[in-house]
Amino acid sequence: MSQNLEPTPSQTVGPFFGYGLPFPGGSDVAPAGHPDAVSVHGFVYDGEGNPIPDAILDFWQAAPDGSRAGSPGSLRVDTSNGRLLGRDGVRFTGFGRVGTDGDGHWALRTFAPAPDAPYLAVCVFARGLLHHLFTRIYFPGAPEDALLAGLSPERRATLLARPESDRVLRFDVRLQGGEAEETVFLDFG
Amino acid sequence: MTSQQEIDEEILEYAGVRVPGGHPSRDYPPYRSSGLRHPRQALTVVTDPEAVELYTPVFGAGDVTALDADLTRQHSGEPLGERITVTGRVTDRAGRPVRGQLVEIWQANAAGRYVHRQEQHPAPLDPNFTGAGRALTDAEGNYSFTTIKPGPYPWGNHVNAWRPAHIHFSVFGTAFTQRLVTQMYFPGDPLFAFDPIFQSVTDPAAQQRLIAAYDHGLSVSNFSLGFRFDIVLDGPSATYFEEDHQ
Ligand SMILES: [Fe+2]
Repeated sequence: MSQNLEPTPSQTVGPFFGYGLPFPGGSDVAPAGHPDAVSVHGFVYDGEGNPIPDAILDFWQAAPDGSRAGSPGSLRVDTSNGRLLGRDGVRFTGFGRVGTDGDGHWALRTFAPAPDAPYLAVCVFARGLLHHLFTRIYFPGAPEDALLAGLSPERRATLLARPESDRVLRFDVRLQGGEAEETVFLDFG
Repeated sequence: MTSQQEIDEEILEYAGVRVPGGHPSRDYPPYRSSGLRHPRQALTVVTDPEAVELYTPVFGAGDVTALDADLTRQHSGEPLGERITVTGRVTDRAGRPVRGQLVEIWQANAAGRYVHRQEQHPAPLDPNFTGAGRALTDAEGNYSFTTIKPGPYPWGNHVNAWRPAHIHFSVFGTAFTQRLVTQMYFPGDPLFAFDPIFQSVTDPAAQQRLIAAYDHGLSVSNFSLGFRFDIVLDGPSATYFEEDHQ
């Protein structure tokens, strides 16, 4: 690196992001009704097991063909009135964003990620969380990569989405807990 | 409920602690809501050069228009308050510009009130101000917003708790690892010393990086006061790997 600038510190997303960050269709990474779409859903919990109603999750994944290039068009602004329309249902952007409901629940509809990157990257923000947390959602049948291989079985289990019904997976995020409960969060250095 | 004096004493216990990168510790007791919302287990280090997180979501001309960066023109009338221009450059730690990326902001109005149903403190809403905007950085990594200066507002952390005036920022980098949500503050705010969220950044040098600089050269004659807020994103990217491992 030519320079080593000191980074801008993180601050909490606070409680009032609801009119700034969510956008229409943020959870529809795959179009409704698409035969290959998979729904992933769950709750975000605090250290006492209470659901968190003011969390927001960013999702990022490789395209089904393995491309990590992404595509624009997640937000799509209506140029006539400035409102956000959300994605067009054709282009796969790889990006999703979902705020938790009043009961701490979230749901995302997407495609299974590529076999060589068999996870959804997740960035968790919440009121009370001063610095975001990264985790991953691994789909059933994902090959064991270096991250999973390095974890104890009970820690690994926190990263594995659990089949709940046909094309529906369950994944809860626990911000705080014992080894078997707390979600594995990641440090990319 | 806790008094300001008790919070001040807690803030002092952590003050001056230098943390790598200057980020807050997620476990910061003076900010009460952090208590049950921080991990207790160590984070797991990931060094995979193929990681999806070394790449990033992208946004384009269809996602953001130039008007989205002007928060004073979203309604039929002019919002009340002090009109400001907030400009800055987004780079990585090597000083390389983050080009064509999404910067989102949200804020309270001039009276310190958010357009959010959960916020009900007795300050007026402004029918001409919503307080959310978006911009894409240009080829040099620059962004610019026109808005009004937000007011300070009370909150429930302790008795008589007030947040210093701030604008919330959400920024994407050249990799998902560089994702940042932060708050921009205004120079000389008398509430800094009392605010556990600002003070969660315990290194004084890092605190300065959260405070915009008044920049007279950015002020627009007869229109707005100018503030500069440069943003440096932390975290590796795929381009880092390529350049550092050649
Ligand atoms: Fe705020």
